[in-house]
Amino acid sequence: MAETSVKTQQAETKPPSPQLENMKKVYKKLKKNKTAMVGGILILFFIIVSIIGPVLTPFDPDAQDYTNRLASPNADNWFGTDHHGRDIFTRIIHGTSITLYIGFSSVLLGSVAGTVIGIVSGYYGKKIDAILMRSMDVLLAFPGILLALAIVSILGGSLQNVIIAVAVFSIPVFARIVRGSTLAVKKLEYVDAVRALGASDFRIIFRHILPNIMSPIIVQATLRMATAILAASGLSFLGLGAQPPTPEWGAILSQGRNYMWDDPHYALFPGLAIVVVVLAFNLFGDGLRDALDPKTKG
Amino acid sequence: MEPSSNIIEVNDLRTSFFTEEAEVKAVDGVSFSVPSGKTLGIVGESGSGKSITSLSIMRLIQEPGQIVGGEINFKSDNLLDKSESEMRRIRGNEISMIFQEPMTSLNPVFTVGDQISEAYRIHQGLSKKQALQKSLEMLELVGIPSPKDRLKRYPHELSGGMRQRVMIAIALACKPELLIADEPTTALDVTIQAQILRLINNLQDELGMSVVLITHDLGVVAETCDYVAVMYAGKIVEYADVQTLFESPKHPYTVGLLSSLPRHDIDQEELQVIKGMVPSPTNMPEGCRFAPRCPFATDLCKEQLPTLDDLEDGNQVRCWVYSDKWDGDPEVNVKDDYGTATSS
Amino acid sequence: MLVFVLRRILQTIPVIFGVTILVFLMIHLIPGDPAQIIAGEAASDAQVQQMRDRLGLNDHLLVQYGRFLGDIMQFDLGNSIRSGNPVSAEIGSRFWVTFELAFFSTLLSIFIGIIAGVISATKRHTFLDTSIMVIALFGLSMPNFWLGLMLIQYFALPPLQWFPVSGWGSIEHMVLPVITLGTAGAAIIARMTRSSMLEVINQDYIRTARAKGVKEQIVTYKHALRNALIPVVTVVGLQFGTLLGGTVLTETVFSINGLGRLVIDSINARDFPIVQGTVLVIALLFVLVNFLVDISYRFLNKRIELD
Repeated sequence: MAETSVKTQQAETKPPSPQLENMKKVYKKLKKNKTAMVGGILILFFIIVSIIGPVLTPFDPDAQDYTNRLASPNADNWFGTDHHGRDIFTRIIHGTSITLYIGFSSVLLGSVAGTVIGIVSGYYGKKIDAILMRSMDVLLAFPGILLALAIVSILGGSLQNVIIAVAVFSIPVFARIVRGSTLAVKKLEYVDAVRALGASDFRIIFRHILPNIMSPIIVQATLRMATAILAASGLSFLGLGAQPPTPEWGAILSQGRNYMWDDPHYALFPGLAIVVVVLAFNLFGDGLRDALDPKTKG
Repeated sequence: MEPSSNIIEVNDLRTSFFTEEAEVKAVDGVSFSVPSGKTLGIVGESGSGKSITSLSIMRLIQEPGQIVGGEINFKSDNLLDKSESEMRRIRGNEISMIFQEPMTSLNPVFTVGDQISEAYRIHQGLSKKQALQKSLEMLELVGIPSPKDRLKRYPHELSGGMRQRVMIAIALACKPELLIADEPTTALDVTIQAQILRLINNLQDELGMSVVLITHDLGVVAETCDYVAVMYAGKIVEYADVQTLFESPKHPYTVGLLSSLPRHDIDQEELQVIKGMVPSPTNMPEGCRFAPRCPFATDLCKEQLPTLDDLEDGNQVRCWVYSDKWDGDPEVNVKDDYGTATSS
Repeated sequence: MLVFVLRRILQTIPVIFGVTILVFLMIHLIPGDPAQIIAGEAASDAQVQQMRDRLGLNDHLLVQYGRFLGDIMQFDLGNSIRSGNPVSAEIGSRFWVTFELAFFSTLLSIFIGIIAGVISATKRHTFLDTSIMVIALFGLSMPNFWLGLMLIQYFALPPLQWFPVSGWGSIEHMVLPVITLGTAGAAIIARMTRSSMLEVINQDYIRTARAKGVKEQIVTYKHALRNALIPVVTVVGLQFGTLLGGTVLTETVFSINGLGRLVIDSINARDFPIVQGTVLVIALLFVLVNFLVDISYRFLNKRIELD
């Protein structure tokens, strides 16, 4: 008897935050979803590799060894060597952080900009909405990597410009999703109530709308990592992104292409690395979507 | 065929749904029969298993559901022994079914004519033209105005009542011997409800078919049925001819359902509502499934499940009150004492 | 319906203007002096001045845009700096190659994607379904340029040598590039078809069809698929656009002389009029495809919307 009363009192003084409860639920669901777990573990693996991998690799990614050019995979050079005799395995390990960095920073940039545009558009509506959304339509009119390509062609090819290009190419996707979610949240009664209490727009957006639309943003950001990495490696492959000798995977692949006839390993491994990292984000993103949005359960 | 013979006899039918956690017994040993040319009403609240029973007869239970036991004897053949292709020849041909939701039960991308014709083309091998001609006749039969024009319409161009008439046309196209109507009027306006029920009754006489009418509405039963099976939590609790059921209901659940109906012949101070909820199929009471809500329930009721016993008049009831083992008040009269028992 | 088409046209017009503005601005967004950059670092002042005159960079921005828009109306996209040929001619001579590549790749994605998606949905939660979905996820995660290289490696180079390594024209030439470009689309369409089928298969009208005695295959391919494909239409449209953009990589891998390679070569050669012209043409084409897809979707969906 005494115990229960203590419990209820605790519950009253310290109500469990609904968001925390929600996160626990999501985590539980995610743990059940095998593919999502595989994706999550792979992502974790790549993050760890990007941090400690460079320390552990026995070779210098830039050390050239012309006596050991284009060696096939062997006990020393697991993925073989390139046309300068550099160890491809080492270069791929060193490239991991570049890939994750490009993916993460471009998605971060794109999602922040897209979220601001989406919230402003959805929250204020009317003319601002029309103008912003038409601008997003204009950006979306450049299909696939064409927009990123156009931007890089203007700014010139470099790692930093690739990030900007890929970020811009993500903005409209986030803006549209955020706008839709904002409209849905804005319709909820309590937002009206909060406004009636005199809360400022700024406060309503940050305290009430943003926390409620985080789920779709997180899901999209995860899936977008996959797209961003693909786009960025594509630009590098075209010679418009990271420039050699940077061990960026797309750039390695682009060089490996010249040696396909005799040395297929050169193009094989950097491509496989891209496939696995993109797959990881796709798996995790799919699982996250299932866990956060029960409606779209397949 | 003799008038007393049954078109269908269901024996100990069991249908379960298999989830990760448990087996959910949606239909748990249901037996009933439908005399030829007659109408049987199956009554119960949602979740009582009445729709699953009807889908089981059609052998249309989808994963993760499965018929796990029993017999469904239709014209002396057990439907559960039939192959899938034999079943297909029966569905829509000898046994037909109409569903609750006329708004969503028609395929939106095909015309009304196409959808009725399909039955003729499958079962009678008619050409497209012949099938459309027959479909036109069917639309006339179910009382759709300007049927020729309607043949070419898509479902979204018709009202709910019209769509249900189309559903009836599809079901009756091949003149089935048994029609299963699963809540055919629930989704419709009251005035249209009466029209549709009358239509089914008239067509039944015209075509000489038998009907199983699934409903939660006792008013509908009173108007249309010859016999009634009352279902509760996956089991039949009472089976009687319609007159007996309304005049002297035996099972406390039936009495409860009847007293929750508005009546015109007597003054009622208030409508009775059965307290509590249908038990969840994953958490069935050990004894009588109605015991937790039953005003007469004794320890016996809570511990042991009663059987469906025959009564002197040929009707059946699943209740300890009518057995020798009854441990409660021997003088109890379920129908008359229900009101006082619930209010106390 | 007519109202919808008109409204959709009205919505498209500002987008088209936006696209032209953005493409027009490309040259002005180049950091530094565009004339200097286009003419090259080694160019003399006189040459740079000449380039500036040629590109009309001295006029007011609005005047320049007006001229740009006026020229577009007459299908005049300027002249290539490298070859001096009209940009429209350069694009025209390569357009059909890219269009064919994108078109056949789209066909392939639709064909494979729908079949795989339907099989997956009808055999859901079986080994076959899981395998198809895993393959689809791989298809989605593969950089198409790498897929192209691998296809060349294993099917065009010795020992097999089934297909040519590069070029365009015959059916043999088309096989590998079309697979390369179509795989991601097939994966997306397969996933979409599967989830759409799973949604449709639980609809009441599917039960009605079964209750009528319709064979399960016909239930799947006639009653369910027709409904399930409606949302897939939108994906197909988007996919065609993405393919148009994606041809850049595929054309580079297979050395196909299409618009994609034209863009890349021109970017490398700083031949901006060509870059602008090609980007503009592809974007406008994509806007047109989206417009048509929206209208057909609306038309197909009309029957489904509950009134």
